[in-house]
Amino acid sequence: MKIGVDVGGTNTDAVLIEGRDTLGSVKRPTSRDVSSGIKAAIEALLGDGGANAASIDGVMIGTTHFTNAFIQAQGLQKVAALRIGFPAARGIPPFSAWPERLRGAVFGAASMVGGGYEFDGRTIGPLDEMAVLEAARSFRQAGLTEIAISGVFSQLNAAQEVRAAEIIRGEIPGASVTISSEVGRTGLLERENAAIMNAALRPLAAHVGEAFGRALAELGINAPFFVSQNDGTLMTAAQMQRYPVLTFAAGPTNSLRGAAYLTGISDALVADIGGTTTDIGVLAAGFPRQSSMHVDIGGVRTNFRMPDVLSIGLGGGSRVVLGEGLAVGPESVGFRLHEEALIFGGNTLTASDIAVAAGKATFGDASRVAHLGGVDVRAALHRMHRMVEESLDRMKTSAAPMPLILVGGGAVLISEPLAGVSDTLIPEGAGVANAVGAAIGQVSGAIDRIYNFQDMGREAALEDARQQATVRAVEAGADPATVTIIDLEDLPLQYLPGGAARVVCRAVGDLILKETVRA
Amino acid sequence: MPRMITIDDIDDLAIGSTFLGTGGGGDPYVGSLLCKEAISQYGPVPLVSVDELPDDANVFSVAGMGAPTVMIEKLFSVEYAHVSVSALEARLGRTATAIISAEIGGLNSVTPVAYAAMRRLPIVDADGMGRAFPSIDMTTFNVYGVSCTPMALSDEHGNVAVFDTKSSKVAEDLARPLVAAMGAATSLSCYPMTGVETKRASVRDTVSAAIAIGKAIRSNDNTVLPVDRLLAALKALPYYGRAYRIFDGKIVDIRRDTSRGWVFGRCAIQALDGPSRADINFQNENIAVRVDGELRAIVPDLVCIVDRETALPIPTENLRYGQRVAVIGCSAAPSLRTPGALACMGPGAFGETSEYIEIESLNGSDAKEG
Repeated sequence: MKIGVDVGGTNTDAVLIEGRDTLGSVKRPTSRDVSSGIKAAIEALLGDGGANAASIDGVMIGTTHFTNAFIQAQGLQKVAALRIGFPAARGIPPFSAWPERLRGAVFGAASMVGGGYEFDGRTIGPLDEMAVLEAARSFRQAGLTEIAISGVFSQLNAAQEVRAAEIIRGEIPGASVTISSEVGRTGLLERENAAIMNAALRPLAAHVGEAFGRALAELGINAPFFVSQNDGTLMTAAQMQRYPVLTFAAGPTNSLRGAAYLTGISDALVADIGGTTTDIGVLAAGFPRQSSMHVDIGGVRTNFRMPDVLSIGLGGGSRVVLGEGLAVGPESVGFRLHEEALIFGGNTLTASDIAVAAGKATFGDASRVAHLGGVDVRAALHRMHRMVEESLDRMKTSAAPMPLILVGGGAVLISEPLAGVSDTLIPEGAGVANAVGAAIGQVSGAIDRIYNFQDMGREAALEDARQQATVRAVEAGADPATVTIIDLEDLPLQYLPGGAARVVCRAVGDLILKETVRA
Repeated sequence: MPRMITIDDIDDLAIGSTFLGTGGGGDPYVGSLLCKEAISQYGPVPLVSVDELPDDANVFSVAGMGAPTVMIEKLFSVEYAHVSVSALEARLGRTATAIISAEIGGLNSVTPVAYAAMRRLPIVDADGMGRAFPSIDMTTFNVYGVSCTPMALSDEHGNVAVFDTKSSKVAEDLARPLVAAMGAATSLSCYPMTGVETKRASVRDTVSAAIAIGKAIRSNDNTVLPVDRLLAALKALPYYGRAYRIFDGKIVDIRRDTSRGWVFGRCAIQALDGPSRADINFQNENIAVRVDGELRAIVPDLVCIVDRETALPIPTENLRYGQRVAVIGCSAAPSLRTPGALACMGPGAFGETSEYIEIESLNGSDAKEG
């Protein structure tokens, strides 16, 4: 049996899963330290389900803790950034364009040294090892131990980053080094930012990892725990302590993956309707479609693989104005729905009141909305459907109808057929889809590099990319028999005739939960 | 006192130049960071009008030439821009007194500003296109008799190649493979000009135009819709003044073919409230827009796809099914509409079979002018 946990801003949800069955689920308030909330939720789950702690094979946790810590600049360590690439890339030093507040919390030092690679694999120059050593000494003198190394085109060849890390570890006892090739993809500034963020979060990650482990031990769970990454796959506790930045945006990913799991549908639109917003994403082959856009986190530009999610201001708590000036949202009563909505004895007309008044939902006190005019209620209900319909249409990649999976507490707002939707499903367990998504338990491997199609041929290059991604997935703990390629894209370099192309490939397989830890 | 370009102008310049890039020209983000670094280090850059230039001024252009995917790794720096410009200065035996952008659309609008800051030289309020085009020969500098060469291409190591060619087209053909050999993020300086030549051959006031367009799009004035602010800004500008909101709708089909190093493609847009449909074809930049089969704007007039709500321009690589967009068309500078200019950068240069027809003739009184 597995336990999936989703730590949200308000609630910590936990589900108990065996095979394809959800045996139980609970919601508990999220605690400030995160781990005691997780402990309370799992404790309640085991109590409700009557499950034995010893029968748990793995605990999978999705958390926005590190994203929030970064944005709020809480618990961050100062970082020394070392960039390999000089004389290229010197015009825009590390930490450029960081907002003042985060720069103040994270900037420790920045150096640029000679080295780096060209797009076709040649070096810009050999790694300037003396300069790395000098930089390391100045970092040590400044008392800096969290080091982020980035190198031009290091995602093509990490050798110089790895060598620089060795030199730094030799010079700074106890140095913790993040290399950018392990946390980012093409785009030096964005990959470097990811490495710096990761370095800044590492001490917190070590602490959180310990606290999670302790909480589980106190519950008598000896199974390993895993943490969700932003692509919907898992990493081990040890990996999380090294790469906390890879947990960013795991929340929406888990809700999409949970929707796929609960319905068994792998290609669909998913609308997660909460109290304030509706988040719409697209499942392709069981995984969220990724955004190709840059993502700012706390004002720092990154290019993580994030799910492509469109958020609109419609949720169960959205304020509604009826009549001439009909309006639904974007203001919401949010988590105060149970005090402020009419059906709960409050004074604010919300989207939930409309659903109840229209006879589409049966919670709260329906008599408190009986006075609303039928025409007005119909008009508001119609508006809510059109809002979702338009957003669904924006997210589709073709005009062909697709199935829609509704999850989240506000799923009852949608009760009528929608244009462009072939079938609407609300699975059992829709309210805890995030925690279910966390528990699915797959791991991935990805590569993003430039090949020369003229030298090796396009097919051979794509095959090489498939193999490398597969090897990485197996290294991450995937059962080799289950590994499949879920994403393979080749993008010829623009304005550069000659057959160079960027290839992005991702492989995913089922996590092997080791027999030995089953005890 | 001359108008100064400060750090606060850079985001406006970047967004405005993306609009003038008509879908291409490269993302100016990296260049805008470079500008901010350079201005914070060296101070604001004076913006001089073409008329203020002395006849014997020495005007040098600066541009990045390479693949955008490589540019986001190797970035760009004013030091290697300096290698190419100083190679030309040495060759010609004259020293730059002002810097000019060859291409106001996209990335190459901002890099010259950063370089001008480093040299403590003014930037000329002009360029050689008034928009973006895919190759070195497609400039008014070329059309109005400025030689593309001597032209210098340099990499970050200080390697530099100086070209002397019989035509700007040959310069383009010879430079492109060398760009790859030099690591695909090179600095280019070409069309060295005097003040007299700049007055004759440049498209004027385009730096300030790009800033004005960017300012209108980014404005906080919520009393006017962003697309209306954009149109109002365009109408207030001398060249781009014949500006039309040609179509509103959602993207229903997008096709791209990047197999030849250039992005060829088509984008179909369906009206939100009727059967009408717009088709745009692009080759890095948008070439032409047709509504229900009828031509409504064609190169060198500008065709730009913007977000319907924010008016932010959308580069061709970011176009996707379902986006709600407005298609904005506007007139190109008069110097791009002459027979000589049209032969170089008119519809025929992009394989279009339609003749060039001015946007104001294609959009009569019934056109929605915002």
